[in-house]
Amino acid sequence: MGNALDPLLVAVLLINFFSLGASRLRAVINGAAVQGIVLGGMVLLVHEQLSLRPMLVAGAAILLKGFVIPAMLMRAMRAAAIRREVEPLVGFIPSLLLGAAATGLSLVFAKTLPLAEQHRGLLLIPASLSTVLTGFLVLTTRRKAIMQVVGYLILENGIFILGLSLLEAMPFLVEIGVLLDLFVCVFVLGIMIHHISREFSSLDTGHLTALKE
Amino acid sequence: MTLVLLAILLVGSSGFAGLLVGRAWGAGERIAAALHCVGGACGLAALLAPASAFGDALVLPWSIPEGEFSVGLDGLSALFLAPLFLISSLGSIYGLAYWREADHPESGRRLRVFYGLLTAGLALLVVARNAWVFLLGWEFMAVSAFLLITSEDHEKTVREAGLLYVFCTHVGTLLLFALFALMRHASGTWAFVPLGGVATASPATAGVIFLLALGAFGMKAGAMPLHVWLPSAHACAPSHVSAVMSGVLIKMGVYGLARICSLFPSPPAWWGATIFAVGLLSGVLGVAFAIGQHDIKRLLAYHSIENIGIIFLGLGLGLVGRSLHRPELIALGLGGSLLHVWNHGLFKALLFFSAGSVMHSTGTRALDRLGGLAKGMPRTALCFLLGAVAICGLPPLNGFVSEFLLYLGFLRSVASAESGDGLWIGAAFSAPALALIGALALACFAKVYGAVFLGEPRTDAARRAHDPGALMTVPMGILAGACVLIGLAPALVTPALDGAIAAWSAVVPPAGAASVHAPPQVASLAPLGWLSAMAALLLALLAGGAAFLHARTRGAAAEPVLTWDCGYAAPSPTMQYTSSSFAQSLVDLFAWALRPRAHAPRLTAIFPPHSEFESHVPDTVLDHLLAPACRRLADAATWFRWVQQGNTNAYLFYILLTVLVLLLWR
Repeated sequence: MGNALDPLLVAVLLINFFSLGASRLRAVINGAAVQGIVLGGMVLLVHEQLSLRPMLVAGAAILLKGFVIPAMLMRAMRAAAIRREVEPLVGFIPSLLLGAAATGLSLVFAKTLPLAEQHRGLLLIPASLSTVLTGFLVLTTRRKAIMQVVGYLILENGIFILGLSLLEAMPFLVEIGVLLDLFVCVFVLGIMIHHISREFSSLDTGHLTALKE
Repeated sequence: MTLVLLAILLVGSSGFAGLLVGRAWGAGERIAAALHCVGGACGLAALLAPASAFGDALVLPWSIPEGEFSVGLDGLSALFLAPLFLISSLGSIYGLAYWREADHPESGRRLRVFYGLLTAGLALLVVARNAWVFLLGWEFMAVSAFLLITSEDHEKTVREAGLLYVFCTHVGTLLLFALFALMRHASGTWAFVPLGGVATASPATAGVIFLLALGAFGMKAGAMPLHVWLPSAHACAPSHVSAVMSGVLIKMGVYGLARICSLFPSPPAWWGATIFAVGLLSGVLGVAFAIGQHDIKRLLAYHSIENIGIIFLGLGLGLVGRSLHRPELIALGLGGSLLHVWNHGLFKALLFFSAGSVMHSTGTRALDRLGGLAKGMPRTALCFLLGAVAICGLPPLNGFVSEFLLYLGFLRSVASAESGDGLWIGAAFSAPALALIGALALACFAKVYGAVFLGEPRTDAARRAHDPGALMTVPMGILAGACVLIGLAPALVTPALDGAIAAWSAVVPPAGAASVHAPPQVASLAPLGWLSAMAALLLALLAGGAAFLHARTRGAAAEPVLTWDCGYAAPSPTMQYTSSSFAQSLVDLFAWALRPRAHAPRLTAIFPPHSEFESHVPDTVLDHLLAPACRRLADAATWFRWVQQGNTNAYLFYILLTVLVLLLWR
């Protein structure tokens, strides 16, 4: 099972780097969508026998992360009429380097964790840590609100990978609850984006400093 | 026990039924009041059983880790539950007319929901037998009270009062967390177990536990340096909520302090002395501040502080009696203190109800805009008079009985003090201090009654005032009747007092020590029979005198004349003695603590132009101590402003840094 999982995890890591280096919003959103679909597929791979439960989780994950949420973001992007992240706080090359450093760090760190026997030597934990850190990097270094939502999405994907290793232990309700959480969160952020763009006629969250007291 | 739980459930859910019923119909408020009264009756019925029949604590499994749902009833809990159920039920009836859905469509439903939750929270914390259930009830109480205080949140003063309250109550809760953690550390369990025999706390830990309890519960009770939230919160809340807050809610501080102290079999004497000193300060300064107030509800709120002081005096005496193994001091001190808990609940609720009906009729709380209301509102005037006589501790009403027990305790401790135990120092101060408090309260209520109910109406609103309907006057009448009843027959309440005192002193004696003597019955220490006889005689004399006067003046038409016009040709109602001028000499006497402020015009010419005079007594602790301290803290905090830039990316970066630090933490 590990052998089938590793290539998919490498694909996830590659998508991480892609979203750190790309400037066009459409490309980054698509990347996150592909990442979501890959994750949904991994749920099926992790389970030995295909019962109803993993099918449901995988279906919900693919539907939400792969299609519904990206479609919402695309609509928000069209409504706000912006295409690219023009001047991020940290440039694209430096953020790629930072992402590489974060990935290396997570590989080192995962070695020190007291893991269960069946997870030792797998890419699962380092990939999840690196995806979380990538999500954080996107969140902190990009100015456009949509880009930050994508960062949040990537961060959540990382947590989802971590959850894969605990799939037997985690109750079904928690998994579905997390997915629902994500959906609601992006929904709310979509509304916020709408209001930011209407109020400041731009999606630059830097304008939000005007709101502080 | 199950009956009490049923009562808590009924009362807590009383307001929710109204949410489902249409607004226009007005049935929601009636359902709420009916449910509340049924719940209250259930609770009171459960308390009628003798203390020995209360049964063991009820322990249910609970999904919250580290705890179980453990509730129980003993004499001490029962004593605090009785006024709670009575006053809150009467308040819910009173609220039907005072806060009608039709008049307050925006806050009526919210008020009823949280009024029920407040009562349920109070009852839950009184029956709680472990720290978690206690905190649950405590927070229900704190949050519901905040939402009740801010019923009229469109007014700025109300919002400020609510914020101050919520700040203070959270400070208290924080102290409680520390307190319960320490107790858990000492005893190894979250349940309230005596910290005597097996589980012992070192003297230092016990001392810290006591100081934390004094801080947390003193804050809730409104004891003097910690009272800052109390006056504005009581003044801003709707009157029946003020009645419950003053009559019951602040007593939870007394309950908590008594409960925590009861867990220590032989507390050091300085505990009792500290409570005693706090009580002395609150008692004298509380009434001194009350004299300076111009707002009738604020004035009553300061009287709550004064009465908490009296209760603390008794509690301190009882605790000293426990330290020195003097059972008769426990019985008299704690007995007087707990009886005063009842009495203050009854007469303060009565006074707040009366003040509410004055507000309802005239639309103002300012003493100097009222006057002459005794003619338009005779029932309210009579109720307020009864409450005023009771709060001043005058016979033949109930306030006298509890203060009488305290006087007996103080005098007995003076008479039997040995030179070495230091008891005489406090005891020598206490009786005169209590007398001083009573005299000042008398002066204060002479001022209020004179300014509000006697004389000539100062405004048109006061001239048009009339008594409210039966929904408001009947609860007032019941409370007044209870005040008279306890005053006339104090022997009726001694079983409840004895049960509470027995529960308070029933602890495991420390290993090796002789068994603790059970305190004697209150009735055996105080001549309660004589008290009843004297009260009855006094009432008979009063009734006889009134009948005689009535017979003399009947038939003779009274001719309206001016009582005193100072030689002035055209007197007007505004030339009467105002409440502030009446109080001025006393306010000046206490100027060192009250810091009164007056804005007086300078009269320069022989015929001065129109000018205005204004005086007010701000809260010294709040305005001269707390506000400057907070301002300085805010100034110091500007150094950290650079962290808070309002930039989302920066905030997210802080989170990232935290996560990284936590990941790399070794």
